[in-house]
Amino acid sequence: MSDPVSTSSPQITTPVGRSGDLIASYPRFLWRALQVATDGNWLFYGWMTLLTAIALVGANAWAIQVRDGMIVTNMSDHVSWGLYIANFTFGVGLAAGGVMMVIPAYLYDDEEMHELVIIGEAVAVAAILMSTLSVAVDLGRPDRFWHLIPGVGKFNWPMSMLTWDIIVLNGYLVINLHIVGYLLYMRYLGRKPNPRWYVPFVFLSIIWAISIHTVTAFLYCGLGGRPFWNTSLLAPRFLASAFVSGPAFILLVLRILRSTTHWEWSPRPAQTLIQIIRVAMSVNLLMLTSELFTLFYTGSGHAAAAKYLFFGSHGAIGLVPWIWAAIAMNLIGTVLFFMPSALERGGVRIIACLLCIGGIWIEKGMGLVIPGFIPSTLHEIVEYTPSATEWKVTAGIWAFSILVLTILVKLIAAVRQHSIAMGTHS
Amino acid sequence: MSNGAPFPTLPILDQEPSNRRGFLKACGATLGLAAWATALKPLTEWAQDVSVEEFLQKHYRELTADQKQAVFHRLEEDCRKEHGVDVTISDPQAIPGVQFAYALNLSVCIGCRKCAEACHIENNHDRATNNSYIRVFEMEMGGIDFEQGNATYDHPVPQPGKFYMPVQCQQCENPPCVKACPIEATWQEQDGIVVVDYNWCIGCRYCEAACPYHARRFNWEAPQIPAEEINPDQGYLSNRIRPQGVMEKCTFCLHRTREGKMPACLEACPTGARVFGNMLDPNSEIRWVIENKRTFVLKEELGTKPRFYYFFDE
Ligand code: SF4
Ligand code: SF4
Repeated sequence: MSDPVSTSSPQITTPVGRSGDLIASYPRFLWRALQVATDGNWLFYGWMTLLTAIALVGANAWAIQVRDGMIVTNMSDHVSWGLYIANFTFGVGLAAGGVMMVIPAYLYDDEEMHELVIIGEAVAVAAILMSTLSVAVDLGRPDRFWHLIPGVGKFNWPMSMLTWDIIVLNGYLVINLHIVGYLLYMRYLGRKPNPRWYVPFVFLSIIWAISIHTVTAFLYCGLGGRPFWNTSLLAPRFLASAFVSGPAFILLVLRILRSTTHWEWSPRPAQTLIQIIRVAMSVNLLMLTSELFTLFYTGSGHAAAAKYLFFGSHGAIGLVPWIWAAIAMNLIGTVLFFMPSALERGGVRIIACLLCIGGIWIEKGMGLVIPGFIPSTLHEIVEYTPSATEWKVTAGIWAFSILVLTILVKLIAAVRQHSIAMGTHS
Repeated sequence: MSNGAPFPTLPILDQEPSNRRGFLKACGATLGLAAWATALKPLTEWAQDVSVEEFLQKHYRELTADQKQAVFHRLEEDCRKEHGVDVTISDPQAIPGVQFAYALNLSVCIGCRKCAEACHIENNHDRATNNSYIRVFEMEMGGIDFEQGNATYDHPVPQPGKFYMPVQCQQCENPPCVKACPIEATWQEQDGIVVVDYNWCIGCRYCEAACPYHARRFNWEAPQIPAEEINPDQGYLSNRIRPQGVMEKCTFCLHRTREGKMPACLEACPTGARVFGNMLDPNSEIRWVIENKRTFVLKEELGTKPRFYYFFDE
């Protein structure tokens, strides 16, 4: 495979930066970034075309949903949230997990991690985009979106947990965009980034990452009428699983980056990530066990949803295959992560990452959102499986977010490699 | 760019191989835009139905009296165009000193679902789905266990060994649905009734997840009602025909009850199981029931403080 960045992209020329030019040259930087981002070899074009095609299918399915009503989904008054909100929840976790490279890099001054931190931030940006889109397509009246804008609409803050979520998610997006943008821009200018301009934001992003997933958990666990969600363990469990899915996703991105560019780094950062995954996954499984024990041993009415989820109830078994698949994937993934070979570059690690991402996507999505509604608050059992429209829209959102991630990572790699070259010249 | 000079020219659009590349990119971008426009075409078909006035309409509680009149007019006009029916949109206000409450005598309810049917007709519900704000549960004698209940029974009633429990919005004094809504599209009125502004709701369905009594209904598509069956006597905050994609719920028929009438479900009940009124009025029947019967509310432990009481005769 040829290298799309160094052989077929135009080089970004590094100007001699003067402080007065900093602001003025930013638009030019963005323009050049666009050029680099849309240049590549045929593999790159093929990849981008594929993602665009999937995104188009999703956009079309969504447009039809808006026109004909959400009747084209399989949601109902009994199960009033479905695949979209499931995917949203996973996306928030992914975004929060992106910060897992930042903590070792800045709190423990892991120098090698510093080089790669920006990849984690890019994953966070794409994941927030995915979450936001997943909520947007879930709205019955997207034309009234402006009602949500503070000051213009009617923002029910601080009462509604949803308003908190909107604030923290957008805040996180801005912080991460700032960090990514600033670091890239400085490298493009051939300057050393000034810690004053980004280190405080990096620390802010750590706290903020915790907040986005905590607030998202509060969205569910604050509802007294839904016993399955109404547990104080929800937020910690969200965080633990986020610190698996985030690093696992970053590992996959690094793997692809290594085989498509000439960017080289030592195996150590990836090993650190795997150590994090080992701890986080163990904590996650421990909390899951504790929760299951409380539910099933007590045998109270609270267990009705869990019983439906794991074993089915009154002949309804819609979620049983999902959740056992998730448990199998998580367990096998965890075992693989604990094998010594996971610390080496190779297939074991990749499979472990894929398994854990898949497992957590189900556990935090279909396995968490749907059983909150089954049985209903009046104990009726109405099942739910996503409709074709919901799958198309969700696939479209994934494709679009990965497309954005591809562009971001490509830019990072391009700027990065060039500045290495500059460093050797000067 | 004020100072383009310090920057060496970029080899992007002005070198041979890049020229071809630039051309291809331009073609790709054009094709891409065309593809997006085609994919999103259903949106334009839908946007034709949303007028500018509707799009810009403010929250109900921020409308002036004149603006309200204009809105009601527009809605009446829309109904004439769309369904060919003349309707009046009224907007009766909460009466000071009135707190509505409802009570239901489980000893006499026979599960005939006449209340649910009356609700269906009164509130202009979608005909095909047979929607209603009331769900009647057939329950096992010997306990009040919804897990043993069944809301989809289809046989003559009453059955031996069963009792019947209609459930609708409890008009909670401490309503979790109102707390949940991110944009105050749903709120509690002075007389205790929880309402939705169907022209403000964005359809996120967070309130539906928050309600512990399965009281809310979403308009998964635009409700369909034959013109001759449309109830023309409509309240802005209650039974007017709802738009697609918004939330709705029982309003204790506020367009009737604020005018001194009884809710449709009460009038339809053949057994007299339902008692409705102003609980602040010491001479009202509802007050008598609350004071003299052993009443209970659903899910008291949640602290929602329902205004909907159930009781048994002895
Ligand atoms: S019963 Fe449900 S919809 Fe009615 S006020 Fe209570 S929470 Fe809101
Ligand atoms: S569906 Fe409408 S009323 Fe309910 S929470 Fe969302 S915006 Fe508010």
